[in-house]
Amino acid sequence: MKTELDLYDYWAYRDRPKIEWPNGAKLAFWVAPNIEFYELNPPENPFRKPWPHPYPAVPGYSIRDYGNRVGHQRQMALLDKYGIRGSISLSAALCDHHPEIIDLCTERNWEFFSHGIYNTRYTYGLTEDEERAMIEDAMATIEKATGKRPAGYLAPALSHSDHTVDLFAEAGGIYTCDLFHDDQPTPVKTRSGKRFVSIPYSLELNDTIAFVVQKMEPRRYAQTIMRAFDELLAEGAQSGTVMCIPTHNYQVSCPHRIRAFEEALEYITGHSDVWVTTGREIAEYYLEHYYDTAQSTIEEARR
Amino acid sequence: MSNPLLDYPERHYGMDHDRYNWSMLQDREPIFWPENKPLALWININLQHFPLSGEKPQAAPPGALTMPYPDLRHYTLRDYGNRVGIYRLLREIERAKATVSFAISGALTEHRPTLIEHLKSLPFEWLGHSWNMLCMQAGAVEPNRELQWITQTKAALEQAGDRRIAGWFSPGRLQTKQTPELLAQARFKYHCDWVNDELPYKFNTDSGSLICLPSSLELDDVFVLSQNLHSEDSLEEQIKDAADALISEAQATSSGRLLCLNFHPWMMGQPHRIGTFRRILRYLLTDKGDLVWNASPSMIIEASGMHP
Repeated sequence: MKTELDLYDYWAYRDRPKIEWPNGAKLAFWVAPNIEFYELNPPENPFRKPWPHPYPAVPGYSIRDYGNRVGHQRQMALLDKYGIRGSISLSAALCDHHPEIIDLCTERNWEFFSHGIYNTRYTYGLTEDEERAMIEDAMATIEKATGKRPAGYLAPALSHSDHTVDLFAEAGGIYTCDLFHDDQPTPVKTRSGKRFVSIPYSLELNDTIAFVVQKMEPRRYAQTIMRAFDELLAEGAQSGTVMCIPTHNYQVSCPHRIRAFEEALEYITGHSDVWVTTGREIAEYYLEHYYDTAQSTIEEARR
Repeated sequence: MSNPLLDYPERHYGMDHDRYNWSMLQDREPIFWPENKPLALWININLQHFPLSGEKPQAAPPGALTMPYPDLRHYTLRDYGNRVGIYRLLREIERAKATVSFAISGALTEHRPTLIEHLKSLPFEWLGHSWNMLCMQAGAVEPNRELQWITQTKAALEQAGDRRIAGWFSPGRLQTKQTPELLAQARFKYHCDWVNDELPYKFNTDSGSLICLPSSLELDDVFVLSQNLHSEDSLEEQIKDAADALISEAQATSSGRLLCLNFHPWMMGQPHRIGTFRRILRYLLTDKGDLVWNASPSMIIEASGMHP
């Protein structure tokens, strides 16, 4: 085991070269609905238990199933209303279980990025070859169902190995959502030396973290989102920032939460200097316009 | 690949089990409630018996006793619900002319017969809520033992209440792997434990089919106030927001929606919370009264066109 992470170099959040998003936007805003499949009876993983209750874990399983049965279309209607295309963090097996959901999202030109096979299957306990096979299985499954090979990866249930990011870059990906070290995209070092970036996803604004871990009341969650937005937009005048709201169709789509969430989306999309976009578009734009400058500035700072 | 962690025997269309069919709420035939009201409202009250001692279940229910024996603080605080809290709730229910249902621990027929006698005089549906709050349907419970909890509860409630018991609400909304079969064998028509939908749906068992009328865990008073530690004002706001969101969705899609609420007399019947309960009922039944059809669970199942 390593004592320090070596995926990126330290790079202070001051005096960085200026990023400007398309049409002079100061903030790139994206919403990442996680569309997940949790198995009722997954094989036992020696490193992590999927459910707090003995089999059948009805409370945990059934609320997640609610997300797909009820919550998905409710959230989709809301994102449609505010002109937001979702960037879906997808359990690839959902292509097999619930293709109707995939079709609704492809019709809308939403992005799909990989979130593993099931959210009850972890990276833990896999050899490097097995993890490579799992990553490729998810990529191929999503490409077959949507016509497009995923560009991004959020490891299933945020479970990682030392090779996760390397393997994903080698499989053809260009960005990771697994690193929470910055509010701007940053270059990521992988063993293949490919051009690969981290796009800010957010644990702090993730609805599951907000509602389940922080136990936020729905309007405090909306207020948290709006405060983060105000700050990142103001800082974006210096150099463009990224803000992501990761959601879950079993959290934010519940009827007692969706109104407060809507207030936050209405507020954000009411601003003109915001680029409402997807994870892939941010990664591609950054790679094309800012990656090289960032690399050389980081090199310089190291010397 | 030989690693079972990469073996996916249930990776195919639909669910990864055969308890029910996969379907999305918004893709189903529209539902029309009586008087064409957009929102049906089910209000359930859980009446629970927590024994002072007994064998610990594999999963503790919300509100379980936690202290070394004798745990007077939790025993008496739960009993408060059955002595004081419930009568406060009933006063408000009567004032608001609300329709509610009671999910009742069977053991209350023996331990609190005066309460049961009073509930019998009210025109509300009763549901089985296991024998007591140690009879948890969680993990490896011997099927005959679980069946006895179910049948004993049904018989005691039917006899004491002089009414048919068609619905089952497991404590903690937990089930064993055989619970649905046992409920079907005991001739229950519906259960409320899988919170995966907002409308009743058909639930398969090896002993015939049931209906699942999904209750809402997320708006349960104990979940919101005691697990999430939200304020009473936030609970009220969340319930109002939920009702408003469901009414708008029902109107936009021309199909009825359903709001399920769940209250515990030992939680909501406290003097500092009863005002919240009163305001919730007033909002749903007076302010939004023209849009809300408040009914019993069996009436809601029937109106949704479900037949077990």
